[in-house]
Amino acid sequence: MILRDGLRSVGAAVRLWWAPARVREEGSTPDYRFSLANERTFLAWLRTGLALVGGGFAVDQFLPRLSGTLRLTCTVVLLVAGALCALRAVNHWVRCELAMRRGEDLPLSRFPSVLALGVGVLAAVLVVLVVLGRTG
Amino acid sequence: MGDAQRGAGSRPPAPGRDPGLQPERTRLAWRRTTLSCTVVALLAGRRLLRSTAPFAVDVALAALVALLWLTFVAVSHRRVRAMATGRPPDLPAWIALLLAGCTVTLAVFGAAIVVS
Repeated sequence: MILRDGLRSVGAAVRLWWAPARVREEGSTPDYRFSLANERTFLAWLRTGLALVGGGFAVDQFLPRLSGTLRLTCTVVLLVAGALCALRAVNHWVRCELAMRRGEDLPLSRFPSVLALGVGVLAAVLVVLVVLGRTG
Repeated sequence: MGDAQRGAGSRPPAPGRDPGLQPERTRLAWRRTTLSCTVVALLAGRRLLRSTAPFAVDVALAALVALLWLTFVAVSHRRVRAMATGRPPDLPAWIALLLAGCTVTLAVFGAAIVVS
């Protein structure tokens, strides 16, 4: 049930990405400064995604002492997180724009917490691995 | 835009200009974003220098990275120019999608290189 609802909302969100004109049909146009703030939030999330992708490249290139499998895993995890972040940036931007037009509350999301925890755990793991790699 | 938002005693801003400098801040946010993309593209290029694939494959991959970066920068520049107007129009959705697409493609490119 939860899964089905989740899939449906993902489907609706993706359809909205491709039909931006439908966003314009909703509600009234907000103050352009709010739209610009939303745009900067989108860019900040996009940079977060780019930073994660860059982090993936960095792990792959700058940790040569790490064993192949571990390096590969960390790299792919970072690259996937970066791609998800970029997609989520678009999704959140569209949802915020819609909410502003309809005069609703801005959408809440667990994504920032999940991302922060994930990055924290990965960073801790990498620190341990690097320290062990240097001493071992 | 009301008088209440202007600081007391400050000169009134030019007509059509936002006293909160929102377009300028957004323009700089675009600059930071293209800079981030440049770093990622350079890291991708650096990875290709160590590649053991055939030369033709490396050249094709380097061309792909260059194309992604050029697309990213060109599209961003378009938006930066729009910020120069007093009241910038809304961000078109295709720009957002294209930039996210470039980022995802760079990630897929990295994963493909690392796994192969």
